[in-house]
Amino acid sequence: MAPLHSLRMPRDCDGNFIHQVEKESRQQISKCYQCGNCSASCVYTYVYDYPVNQIMRLIQLGQKEAVLRSSSIWLCANCQACTTRCPCNIDIVRVMETLRFFSVEQGTVSIKNVQLFYDEFMKSVKTFGRVFETGLLAIYNLKSGKPFTDVDLAPRVLKKGKLSITPHRIRGRKQVADIFKRFEAYRNKKNLD
Amino acid sequence: MRIGVFICKCGTNIAATVDTEAVAHKALNFPDVVCSTDYMYTCSEPGQKEIQDAIKKYDLQGVVVAACSPRMHEVTFRRAVEKAGLNRYMFEQANIREHCSWISKDRAANTRKAIDLVRMSVEKLRFNQPLFSSQVPINKRVLVIGGGISGIQAALDCADGGLEVVMVERESTIGGKMAKLDKTFPTIDCSSCILGPKMVDVAQNENIRLYAYSEIESVSGYIGNFKVGIRKKATYVDWNACTGCGLCTEKCPAKKSFDGFNEGLNTTTAINIPFPQAIPKKAKIDPAFCRYLIKGKCKICQKICPVDAIRFDMEDEIVEEEVGAIIAATGFDLVDHSVYGEYGGGHYPDIITGLQFERLVSASGPYGGHILRPSDGKEPKNIVFIACVGSRDPSIGRPYCSGVCCMYIAKQAILARDHIPDSNCYVFYMDIRAPGKNYDEFVRRAQEEYGVQYIRGRVGKIYPRGEHLNVQGMDTLLGAQVEVEADLVVLATGIGASAGAKDLAEKLRISYDEYEFFMESHPKLRPVETNTAGVFLAGVCQGPKDIPASVAQGSAAAAKTQALFSRDTIETDPQIARVNERVCIGCGKCIDVCPFGAIQWKTLRDGSQKAEVLDSVCQGCGLCNATCPPKAIQLQHCTDDQILAEIDVLCTGERHG
Amino acid sequence: MNQTVKRIAYYPGCSVMGTAVEYDQSTRALCAALGIELVEIPDWNCCGSTPAHSYDPLLGAALAGRNLSLAEELGLDVVMTPCPSCLKSLKGALREYQEQRQSFLDILQMPFSGRIRVISVLQMLYEDIGPEAIREKIRYGFANKVVVPYYGCLLSRPPEFARFDDPENPVSMDQLLRAIGLSVPDFPYKTECCGAAYGVTQNHIVGKLTGGILDMARHLGADAVAVACPLCQQNLDLRQAQVDRHCHTSFQMPVVYITQLLGFALGIDPKKLGINKLFVSADDLFKGTSEQLEKLTEPTTA
Repeated sequence: MAPLHSLRMPRDCDGNFIHQVEKESRQQISKCYQCGNCSASCVYTYVYDYPVNQIMRLIQLGQKEAVLRSSSIWLCANCQACTTRCPCNIDIVRVMETLRFFSVEQGTVSIKNVQLFYDEFMKSVKTFGRVFETGLLAIYNLKSGKPFTDVDLAPRVLKKGKLSITPHRIRGRKQVADIFKRFEAYRNKKNLD
Repeated sequence: MRIGVFICKCGTNIAATVDTEAVAHKALNFPDVVCSTDYMYTCSEPGQKEIQDAIKKYDLQGVVVAACSPRMHEVTFRRAVEKAGLNRYMFEQANIREHCSWISKDRAANTRKAIDLVRMSVEKLRFNQPLFSSQVPINKRVLVIGGGISGIQAALDCADGGLEVVMVERESTIGGKMAKLDKTFPTIDCSSCILGPKMVDVAQNENIRLYAYSEIESVSGYIGNFKVGIRKKATYVDWNACTGCGLCTEKCPAKKSFDGFNEGLNTTTAINIPFPQAIPKKAKIDPAFCRYLIKGKCKICQKICPVDAIRFDMEDEIVEEEVGAIIAATGFDLVDHSVYGEYGGGHYPDIITGLQFERLVSASGPYGGHILRPSDGKEPKNIVFIACVGSRDPSIGRPYCSGVCCMYIAKQAILARDHIPDSNCYVFYMDIRAPGKNYDEFVRRAQEEYGVQYIRGRVGKIYPRGEHLNVQGMDTLLGAQVEVEADLVVLATGIGASAGAKDLAEKLRISYDEYEFFMESHPKLRPVETNTAGVFLAGVCQGPKDIPASVAQGSAAAAKTQALFSRDTIETDPQIARVNERVCIGCGKCIDVCPFGAIQWKTLRDGSQKAEVLDSVCQGCGLCNATCPPKAIQLQHCTDDQILAEIDVLCTGERHG
Repeated sequence: MNQTVKRIAYYPGCSVMGTAVEYDQSTRALCAALGIELVEIPDWNCCGSTPAHSYDPLLGAALAGRNLSLAEELGLDVVMTPCPSCLKSLKGALREYQEQRQSFLDILQMPFSGRIRVISVLQMLYEDIGPEAIREKIRYGFANKVVVPYYGCLLSRPPEFARFDDPENPVSMDQLLRAIGLSVPDFPYKTECCGAAYGVTQNHIVGKLTGGILDMARHLGADAVAVACPLCQQNLDLRQAQVDRHCHTSFQMPVVYITQLLGFALGIDPKKLGINKLFVSADDLFKGTSEQLEKLTEPTTA
């Protein structure tokens, strides 16, 4: 994402976006006084396009596209360093989570392979009730176009009995699948409101 | 009774949402009202004149003004009616602004409410009686609590004005925190050089009686007549004999005593004089570390002392002083930074507070003025200053700004670069607050002349790595993390209330806020007064501020005191409780319940016991009135009959169509 | 010794079924030795972990909630899990039950009272058993070994949510390790993130972050790193060869579960603790004898 060189106010500020983020994350974004404590504590800053304090700043200025297309939100690991240290008691992790799933809804996920991994993970849970790690890795390798991911580890992992060849299907997997279905319905209803 | 009613328009404040003309018109129908009008600005001179003219013209015996809150102008109007010959308590003010016009935009509803409020005031006025205040003599002596710079200024100003001053200081020396500073901003004046002479003045001024190493034990009485109990803590040294020669300190074997003056960076001897310019320059023994007082062995100081001043059998002594006014100037203590686990939680010796840095850089400090690392005594090369540690931080319950840290960090960075020219100094800040004269220029100097690197952003974590401290901060202007391998880290720890502030406030019966800073009467217009008559404030005890402001407040408090003492007597407020002895059953509940101790027993000639109010102590809170079972004790100007009259007329008065 | 919970519900989580199987093994063995009966939640499902949080907190909450509902059916009050991410999801269910009750229950469609208390294995060992009680049961020592305690980012953060130990400088693992005679240096990276779930998708992140942690451990002269999180262990141990390549070094640093260390000290057979499943060999560490016990009779300063 190119750096933002000039903003024209109020035209370039999406106030509705700010409101939606605050509502969904239950955090008051205006409390942030840009101290930078979060970014100072964030070990993932070095791979972000915008350090997390700038993500907060972009939200404050209603820069929806910049935020939802950023790589930062998809490289955040929810490690809680920022939330723990924010002097204004903002749960920044929750804000990042909110931005992640706004970007899914908008279809502007920047780091596709991370989304792919999460999607396949959830599919596995929906099917078996638990994550079938071996299957997940196989499908991920196939779909991501990186077929040799973790191939170096495979022999030892299997030898030490750390991965099963077949998935464990729980008896209640229909219950789990139904939870997914009801959640989809809930999400669809929420989007229409 | 002949009552005049005046409805104020208050420009548009009231007139915009209340039909004042209609209210005035309606008021004319109220019982006893003989004239009623509305006016643009009743508090103005012509407005007041209008009231005074009406009093004469209609031969009024009471006046109701419907306007702003009585807190604004009740005093003004009372004075106005008094000038026209009425007793000032034959006046009632209905609040149709804060309680009416400012609340709603519904003109019809507001007007109905205003009419109700005026009706209530008229009814109360019909039950009012003239009240007369009495005079009590003033004891023209002032107590200054706290011997820091603002206390010292207040004491000197009062003494110069011919008043007797009693100063009580908790430590064994006056000077407060300013005595611990090396240089002061923005002039880089030597702190002891400017403070020292003032301290000596206090010691030598014949109008000032100084109780050092003492605390306030109790306060009773009222403005003009306070009785204060002062606890002179045991120093175990006879200060009348002690010459301050310091021989005892040289020979004392208990060398690991906590050195409070050096902020714990050093240890000192159990018997010590805090610093060379201490006033009084007398020794004292710290009982927590003295070998004789703990184990019964030693007494070397007693043997050595050339004037035989050591008294191991000394005990605390309570003395009483009587004063007419009290100035609280108790200063501050730093917020405890050990709550910041990410900054080491107070466990790393090379992460120090701003005050500790002052001691490092002071010639009278632990290293003779050389900036050295407390851990190993080496000279630091990379020094990091971190602003806002414990200030502007809602997460630890300290959302306010401490006001002086931006300036003292700049000063300390300049001194560091001065002392160690090849050092690298970094300041991590969020904002720069430099509002005073030459303040901003000073901070610019640090960056432009002294090469201090200012980095805009906070520090997330500090941890030790080898001999150094790894400081992980952020430059939000660049969007880049900044890591510094520091040798010394100075935390600009926030300013909090002085230890025990709350307890002192309770003794003085003054209010304090959630941070235990004492509360002023009005934040803009009355910063050195409290809501307790006769008690004034000066300095940081009222809120964080720098030395010029503290000095100014010291002088201001002195001025208030002198104004108070410019008369020989004080008028007491007649809005106090009074006992109807015929109704009083002598149950004593009012005496128990009075927070001010203003009610006492009185024995009548027939031997029966009744309650009696001490006019000058009663603060008119009304608790006794509410408690009294037969309602014998009544708060004047706010009696049960008066209040019930208002309620009755509100509940049973005619409805508005 | 604190009040011991004798019978608690156990939520293993998906990772301990596969890549972190020795955490499950050692936890079960240790609990058996301490007299704690673990009742595995029957037919438990995946809580959704990190991926669920890309969708909506409610999905993860409902998935996790099913397990708490099953635990309630067992009539138990406490659910213990070895995985901090599962812990977060289970607590998330309790939170969504408070904040969005109707929506949560509508999606879950199972009885739920929110009364279950959810704790980690470390929390149970520290709060319910306690270092002193562990010390009393020691049978084998560790011959002056130095172990750094790596807590990972989730066990005690954020403080209001985790409600366990200190978010900046936790001490539970330190004290447990000291109780079994290990030397525990001041470790500044106790709660720094290791790279979390990015081993598969962004391996270089794990390389850098885990590398930093292993480097600090090496710098402090550690013989091993103790962990309490299966994902941390995976990054530090299973992926250590990958991290070595990224950092152009060879750490040779054993990474062991706290339960394995405590279990060994209590005299449990190392095979039952899954020590042979570690990728980086920890054989040197576990070469102790009961003669070392004499050195452990002095009270440990915690």
